[in-house]
Amino acid sequence: MKDFSRKEIDYVLDTAEKLEPVARGENRSRLLDGKIVALLFFEPSTRTRLSFEVATQRLGGQVLNLGSVEASSVMKGENLADTIRVISNYADLIVLRHPLDGSSRMASEFSSVPVINGGDGSIHHPTQTFLDLYTIRRESHLEDLKIAMAGDLKYGRTVHSLCHALSLYGAEMIFVSPPELSMPSEIVKDLQKNKIKVKETNSLEEIIGDVEVIYMTRVQRERFLDPEEYEKVKHRLKVTGSLLKNVDSNLKILHPLPRVNEISPAVDATPHACYFQQAFYGVPIRMALLALAMGVME
Amino acid sequence: MKEKRDLKVQAIENGTVIDHIKAGQALNVLRILGISSAFRATISFVMNAPGARGKKDVVKVEGKELNVEELNRIALISPRATINIIRDFEVFQKNNVLLPSYVEGVVRCINLNCISNSSEPIKSKFSVLQSEEEGVILNCLYCEHAILEYIAENLL
Repeated sequence: MKDFSRKEIDYVLDTAEKLEPVARGENRSRLLDGKIVALLFFEPSTRTRLSFEVATQRLGGQVLNLGSVEASSVMKGENLADTIRVISNYADLIVLRHPLDGSSRMASEFSSVPVINGGDGSIHHPTQTFLDLYTIRRESHLEDLKIAMAGDLKYGRTVHSLCHALSLYGAEMIFVSPPELSMPSEIVKDLQKNKIKVKETNSLEEIIGDVEVIYMTRVQRERFLDPEEYEKVKHRLKVTGSLLKNVDSNLKILHPLPRVNEISPAVDATPHACYFQQAFYGVPIRMALLALAMGVME
Repeated sequence: MKEKRDLKVQAIENGTVIDHIKAGQALNVLRILGISSAFRATISFVMNAPGARGKKDVVKVEGKELNVEELNRIALISPRATINIIRDFEVFQKNNVLLPSYVEGVVRCINLNCISNSSEPIKSKFSVLQSEEEGVILNCLYCEHAILEYIAENLL
């Protein structure tokens, strides 16, 4: 994600906005007519894979699915480089999800067609960051945003890339997490170097009146040695109907999904809930990235 | 006294002398240059030799002028090392090592989950930066992980 300048990010977001009526099924498009997109998913994924499939089909393209890893040549010991060389002769673009960090960069060295990183390893998931930014832009605003990020900020890759991308727009950030899952200090230092105001706390209640967007993430039980501590944190970092009683009507709540306990279902019906809309925005964003990568839109 | 010193590091007729290596790093310098038992030239080295600026290591390679690009890799682990090209017992050329901006296949990425640590047919690749606060920093061009220390421990 760090490879993108603000101008380039804005360009992708503008393109997604143009394509949104197509994503909704209101307009038809043949932009990817005759094009084949290969989806190579070496890890389970629902939203990312399906939204890439929908994005391709809404633009009139066709999808080639790797299918299960167990049934593929990978099980025969083929390396990723060879798989990419072969598939890039079959398709016009490859979307790759792979458990190893940097696999998409490597794939692009061996591929004769563009490669989109659909999430590699535990660090990068750029299309998620694009759709998070798009959601914020559509539902709130990007410039000088006051945002809280809550939950597992230590291991959550979505928040790390989002912080960096938002810093290009001059945001004010509050990190809400228990100390064992706090934002890595090198990221905080980096943000401060870029003159971003950063505050850290462990209570959502304390800051909910001060922000325009809350980006929730899932806190996983296995991150805690002490199960009691997990139970305490789980309750302290939960968005409930009562927590939202006196907040500004424009407060928006985002979540990359899947959620478990961190947002109570009572919030879903409030105007604050944006997470399902956010999941939809994955379609126009991926349409934009596919169209731009294949050079069918300028 | 002088005689004893000469025995430690004999002058060479032709070749390369790498001087002012950070004390204790001579073996890593050989590794970084890819010098192994298959190397045909005569190599001699001294570790922890007393120098004007404290202890240092010295490596001498006889009969071979090493490639500057390879020699500059030494800056990763010993930025103050100097390279002396010797011709006919005289110092023909003397240079400080220059930190390269990019290295390939020299250092292992410390992120165990990086694709460059898998069995894929690729070499590790890093961009190299020098920071006043943190010294030499290597950034993996695959996974973007930064190596701030333990560079010598992660030589390939």
